[in-house]
Amino acid sequence: MTVLEVKGLTKAFGGVHAVNGVSFSVAAGELLALVGPNGAGKTTCFNMLNGQIPPDAGDITLNGASLRGKSPRHVWRLGVGRTFQITATFGSMTVLENIQTVLLSHHRRLFDFWGRAARRHIAEGMALLERVGMASQADRPCAVLAYGDLKRVELAMALASDPRLLLMDEPTAGMAPRERIELMALTAELVREKNIAVLFTEHDMDVVFAHADRIIVLNRGELIASGTPAEVRADAQVQEVYLGSGAMFGHGPEGSP
Amino acid sequence: MQGLKRTFRAAVASAALSLTALSAGAAEPVRIGEINSYTGLPAFTIPYRQGWELAVEEINDKGGVLGGRMLEVISRDDAGKPDDAVRVANELVSNEKVDILAGTYFSHIGLAVSDYALRSKKVFVAAEPLTDAITWDKGNRYTFRLRPSTYMQAAMLVDRAAALPAKRWATVAPNYEYGQSAVAVFKQLLKAKRPDVEFVGEQWPAQGKIDAGSTVQALAASQPEAIFNVTFGPDLAKFVREGTTRGVFDGVSVVSLLTGEPEYLDPLKGEAPDGWIVTGYPWDQIDTPAHKAFLDAYQARFKDYPRLGSIVGYTTFKAIAAAVDKAGSTDSEKVADAFKGLKVESPFGGIEFRAIDHQATMGAYVGSIAVKDGKGAMTDWAYSDGADYLPSDEVVLKRRPQ
Amino acid sequence: MGFYVVQCLSGLAQASSLFLVAAGLSIIFGVTRIVNFAHGSFYMVGAYIAVTLAERWAGGFGFWGAVAIAAFGTGLLGVVLEMLVLRRLYRSPELFQLLATFGVVLIVQDAALAIWGPEDLLGPRAPGLEGVVRILGRPFPKYELLLIALGPLVLGLLWLLFNRTRWGTLVRAATQDREMTAALGINQTWLFTSVLFLGSLLAGLGGALQIPREAVNLHMDINIVVEAFVVVVVGGMGSVGGAFLAAVLIGQLQAFGILIFPQITLVIVFLFMAVVLVVRPHGLLGRPQALARAAGNQQEPLLRPATPAGRLVGAALLAVLALLPALAGDYALTVLTEILILTLFAASLHFIMGPGGMISFGHAAYFGLGAYGAGLLVKHFAAGMLPGLVAAPLLAAGGALLFGWFCVRLSGVYLAMLTLAFAQITWSVAFQWQAVTGGDNGILGVWPDGWASPRWVFYYLTLACCAGGVLMLRRIIFSPFGYALRAGRDSPLRADAVGIDVRRIQWLAFTLAGTFAGLGGGLYAYAKGSVFPNLMAIPRSVDALVMVLLGGVQTLTGPVVGAAVFHTLNTEMVRHTEYWRLLLGVSIIVLVLVFPMGIAGAFRRRERAA
Repeated sequence: MTVLEVKGLTKAFGGVHAVNGVSFSVAAGELLALVGPNGAGKTTCFNMLNGQIPPDAGDITLNGASLRGKSPRHVWRLGVGRTFQITATFGSMTVLENIQTVLLSHHRRLFDFWGRAARRHIAEGMALLERVGMASQADRPCAVLAYGDLKRVELAMALASDPRLLLMDEPTAGMAPRERIELMALTAELVREKNIAVLFTEHDMDVVFAHADRIIVLNRGELIASGTPAEVRADAQVQEVYLGSGAMFGHGPEGSP
Repeated sequence: MQGLKRTFRAAVASAALSLTALSAGAAEPVRIGEINSYTGLPAFTIPYRQGWELAVEEINDKGGVLGGRMLEVISRDDAGKPDDAVRVANELVSNEKVDILAGTYFSHIGLAVSDYALRSKKVFVAAEPLTDAITWDKGNRYTFRLRPSTYMQAAMLVDRAAALPAKRWATVAPNYEYGQSAVAVFKQLLKAKRPDVEFVGEQWPAQGKIDAGSTVQALAASQPEAIFNVTFGPDLAKFVREGTTRGVFDGVSVVSLLTGEPEYLDPLKGEAPDGWIVTGYPWDQIDTPAHKAFLDAYQARFKDYPRLGSIVGYTTFKAIAAAVDKAGSTDSEKVADAFKGLKVESPFGGIEFRAIDHQATMGAYVGSIAVKDGKGAMTDWAYSDGADYLPSDEVVLKRRPQ
Repeated sequence: MGFYVVQCLSGLAQASSLFLVAAGLSIIFGVTRIVNFAHGSFYMVGAYIAVTLAERWAGGFGFWGAVAIAAFGTGLLGVVLEMLVLRRLYRSPELFQLLATFGVVLIVQDAALAIWGPEDLLGPRAPGLEGVVRILGRPFPKYELLLIALGPLVLGLLWLLFNRTRWGTLVRAATQDREMTAALGINQTWLFTSVLFLGSLLAGLGGALQIPREAVNLHMDINIVVEAFVVVVVGGMGSVGGAFLAAVLIGQLQAFGILIFPQITLVIVFLFMAVVLVVRPHGLLGRPQALARAAGNQQEPLLRPATPAGRLVGAALLAVLALLPALAGDYALTVLTEILILTLFAASLHFIMGPGGMISFGHAAYFGLGAYGAGLLVKHFAAGMLPGLVAAPLLAAGGALLFGWFCVRLSGVYLAMLTLAFAQITWSVAFQWQAVTGGDNGILGVWPDGWASPRWVFYYLTLACCAGGVLMLRRIIFSPFGYALRAGRDSPLRADAVGIDVRRIQWLAFTLAGTFAGLGGGLYAYAKGSVFPNLMAIPRSVDALVMVLLGGVQTLTGPVVGAAVFHTLNTEMVRHTEYWRLLLGVSIIVLVLVFPMGIAGAFRRRERAA
């Protein structure tokens, strides 16, 4: 079943097409990797999907409902969870409180001025933390966690709203190789279990080939290849792009749009 | 650490006095709570304090009041804030058990304390605030004011202004109640005397922040034949410098409130504006016996010459002593009654606290400024008795709540 | 025509004077992120030193020598301040250094009075520049022409300094990314010291150059510092060119504004700032501020509900407060009543500053609106106290709702300065709208109803309202709304991505804080019996800031402790010495150095460590 459907997505900055007519779809339970060299348009593409920038043309639908032009908050309410390249958690709260805050928002309880937030949704929050292996650290402040643990917390936060689609921007950036494999394995396991569609960008090709069900490749704003890992690996154009750029499957962290 | 010393002295004195009170019984001092903006406006309030210190010493040297009771003053800083002044007044009344309140400089602080005085039924002698409201619109049974009000001082200047040939007038005044009412009164009274004058320009610089170049230029643009100035202090210095440099005052008459007071005139030194018609206090030229006696005592005591604030502080406390003696008691109701129509001798001559509105008839000196020996001085001056510059009783009664 | 040219030149001269002071402030803020209230004090000290020296030495060298020495000497004062005080506070919570500089302001005020006396000092004019030149037939002072030239000259020199020297490169790097410069192993301490030297030197120079224009006086510090901040913020924090542009615009606005509307002098600068910030949230030439908070300069600690022991202490405190009327005298009760009100006021500011992450330099606006809410009912409708106490928070809430909508669209010091602009606009309305507010003569006779007029009754009423208010704010902090508010502060990006409408939450929080401040203001009006515009003036906002920071912005007990300590120190020192400003200033600096996280902050850390 198709969860996310992207058609003819286009965005130009000052006359330069950052993303040009990109179309793809992600099905429930599927992990789709979005790859491409620096400046290929991955981040722009991502930011249009999550509502941070409006597309110039094209359509984005989630289970048939259009996401185009909606704010990040709206997009999230419609069932799109996210993780960030650099983790973003609430540093003045404990791990559990981070999850509780998301759950409160999800259950639309934020305008409650009287209740005790810390007593809400404890079971649900602990279950999520259990699932990402962070239950034992539930009472620690997020500010003091190791980076790998923060990534897990973020994953739990993203899953807390019961999303249909998960957007993960460089989910393993900044982590040690062993942690990367573990985190992606955990992610893959969770999304399959909950039947969530996942779109992720990633520069570590080991991670991509190990966990992606399908891969789409962007170059200069255009989609140049799409298919299973094996198909993409064999694609002549992809090889040319990566070899030509001299940065075969491994370059610095994404920076430009 | 003069302040600490003073407090210490006061503490020792009160300890000594309470001991004597135990033995003698009757000699309990009359306590006066004094509040002023000592840190906010030291240029005026420090001479003022010296003035009342002198008065209190004189009174006590002559045996105090009520046949042998000393005056004791508990003095406090109001930090320039009306709400702080109210707290301090409360402290003086409930902790220090003062019998009478006195002091204040700023109009709004004077008003706040006068309202507190009404509520706590204590007599308050507003020494310096100029606002007309304190004796008229917001006047009350317990509040009395010494200094000539904004209305009175503006009226004194109108006498001279009306005699000038000028028909086109411009005004410049600080942008708050004092400046606004001074200008309003001046306009009203001058128009009444000289229907042919017109007011062609006005400027309202923010108090303390005058943009003097632009302001004098804007005034000049309206081509006035005369200017009425109400700015004072640092604003005045800037205004005078910019105006003089740019020749704005050439061939223009200027009539100016308070500028002849030593507090404001002396800092201008040799740049005092020649020929301005002002209200003020020519301390070194007044040769009445009353003033001579005050001047000698003041200079002997402080090795300094008096400012207008000194006169105000001195006379305020002389008036309090006179009122207490007249009342024969420190009871607020009796003192309040005694103040009505109270006649007091001041260095400026006899004055009276009017029964109708509790305003004292103390006047001011009006004259012109001339630069002599590198500093400004008043010439061609005369004393304007405050009693002559108050509106009719009907007008007063209409404005004052009964 | 000639008139307009000369008016424009007058505006430019004023702009140059303003620019010199503002440039120093901007450089100091840009690099050290210190909101330096003492900058105006340095300006004043520069003027005093210059006038003293210039009086002593006659002639051209004497005048210019005096100006140079005054500037240099003031620069050295800045160095002393940095080395003795500020240096120890760089690891404190954001804005904490502001407290120390506030202490310096108080100390300098008394020191200047002690050294130079109460009387204004008129200095000599600049030799050779006493006269005027004729411009299109109109006289214009030569000295002002010199000032007009000095502005761009100093701007040019600063540009060369920043762009052509290694030191300048470091300063620019530090302005953009302080942490990065530190990481590169640059000796930050000396960089900061030298920046304070340059900034203070410019302040001193600005002051010294004023002596031919005005009598040096004890109010120069306060009169310049706010305007200098406006120039810096309108220009864009840390942008010297922006400061120049802003100074020129403000100079011209003032010069021509008074021609059209002479009464606008009080508010024009703040109206201008409000408009600029609403349209350009980072000033004319500013860039978005680097997020000092996210850069790990300080870590926001967890907030925990009270432990059973904590609750016990709280209950005991309340019990003691409830028993006090039996023991305390009339005056002591008055002061306690004030402390309670100020506690609520500080707690309401803490609510947006701590959990909300929104600094306000204009919180007194809502305190004052509350007081006017009560006062206006009394004045115009002769209403009793209870309707007044309902109107107080309502009027304040209305004001906060209106101003908050604009403020929450900004962040950091820009937000703070926009709150200041709105507070000043509100203040000037109260100050000038004579018919309704009574102008600066205020509203009198705002006393409690008969039943509440005994001090102890009013004390209990205040205790109920203020303790209730503080506890309610505390409760809200631990409610889902409070979590959403903190989430928006900790990570706006993440908050937005989990469906939290950060602006809306902040707007509501701002309004709530204003409402509680308004309740405090209403009580204050009845405690004092009168309402004056000074209740919403800048010093009142600064007091609130001082109380929150002194207590510790990162704790919930901070504002309570801060209000009690600050108000007690203040009232007691005023009673016992006329040098209370000096003592208060010294006490604040000592407290700041002993408790670099705030008083309550220090105790919490000790508790943790134990």
